[in-house]
Amino acid sequence: MKAARFKYHAPDSVVAAVALLGTHENARILAGGQSLMPMLNLRVAAPDHLVDLRRITALRCIEERGETLRIGAMTTQRMVEHSPLVAQHCPLLAEGIALVGHQQTRNRGTIGGSLCHLDPGAELPVIACALDARLNVAGPDGERSIAFDDFAEGYLTTRLTADEVLTSIDWPKAPKRTGVAFLEFNRRPADFAIVSVAVQINLGADGSIARARIALGGIQPTPLRLPSAEAILEGVSPAALRTHWGHDAVADISCDGDALYPPDYRHHLCGALLHRAVLAACAKAQRSSDV
Amino acid sequence: MFDPCHISLTVNGRAIEATVDSRVHLADFLRKNLCLTGTHLGCEHGVCGACTILVDGASARACLMLAVQADGRSIETIESLSAPGAALHPIQQALADHHGLQCGYCTPGVVMTLLELDRDRNGRTLDETEIRTALSGNLCRCTGYQGIVDAALALYGDTHTIKTGADLG
Repeated sequence: MKAARFKYHAPDSVVAAVALLGTHENARILAGGQSLMPMLNLRVAAPDHLVDLRRITALRCIEERGETLRIGAMTTQRMVEHSPLVAQHCPLLAEGIALVGHQQTRNRGTIGGSLCHLDPGAELPVIACALDARLNVAGPDGERSIAFDDFAEGYLTTRLTADEVLTSIDWPKAPKRTGVAFLEFNRRPADFAIVSVAVQINLGADGSIARARIALGGIQPTPLRLPSAEAILEGVSPAALRTHWGHDAVADISCDGDALYPPDYRHHLCGALLHRAVLAACAKAQRSSDV
Repeated sequence: MFDPCHISLTVNGRAIEATVDSRVHLADFLRKNLCLTGTHLGCEHGVCGACTILVDGASARACLMLAVQADGRSIETIESLSAPGAALHPIQQALADHHGLQCGYCTPGVVMTLLELDRDRNGRTLDETEIRTALSGNLCRCTGYQGIVDAALALYGDTHTIKTGADLG
């Protein structure tokens, strides 16, 4: 099928984009188009106005700002994947982004577009959830910064208002002695994840886990942070983790099912992937400590 | 035309000026306006990879891009590789030699993906895993992929481990 008719706008500033969104009913933002274009072609989405952000060059950047790494919302996934700054300061993002779609979609897909689309099977929202990324948003009343928790509303839905534009994302830099793992399970490589897990482990001077950050994706409409599992890990030596630790840690969480993958199946994947991811992240943290 | 947009772009080295309806995607623009029908449309929602082209040298799905988004960009399609009647491009020849196609519908997308892979590798030898990962965005319903992977290994892999067309009989 072909996209339904719309009026196309390509503003050259965030202020102009916000103004367009504020004055037109049923407008959608076009970022990289790797999620919106299929929806337009299938007519799942039929906006009357399309506001393309491609001309706003200020939204494409990766820069250090103190203890955070700021990435512009229109930065392509490909740029993030190959950024030395991201590899150095945000290894969880560097590892996970290679699993987003295919190279043909990462070349055009943007980091802000994926976060705003908020697909339950997508990788970037899970990473943003695990790392407490902050989202900087421009609206008619100026700019505001939102924690990921306050950003994710539900299935494919954020708490941004219709006239707001995500401009950049602030990712906290990983501390020293950090190891990360992003694991996902799917039937074919590069499919949306049935279940995904993002883990960042920070080891203390004695080799035990000082700080753990864990989020799961694919099991509920939005990513799920696991503070109870993080608390269990803190102070624990990686060698002391029992095989069933992961399954015990996710025993109380509820998983959604669908026609293909029932809740029990997803639940099992959560425990298994969590255990593997924590072990992998701890091993990497130990290697970085040995250097 | 409901929402005419003026665009200027380069396609296969040729400067193009056109007015397109904003909702027309790039694959339809290439096929219908420029008669470059080598870019195939399989699924038209970004899954199959048949419409893969290069935008400023980077692969992209032409069905997931509006023609108006190509304004100011340089596009390469399958037609840029060899002229009708001329010798095949080495990628095309390798696919032919290794039975890397049957019906040929997915082939233009596969070729463009392999062209980007060749530029990205910078002369480096690739292993089968790297090649299969690079090709994971291109669906083929005929070959079972082995012929395509063999062709790519013949081009970019360790040549000592390749089955040649003659070996395959």
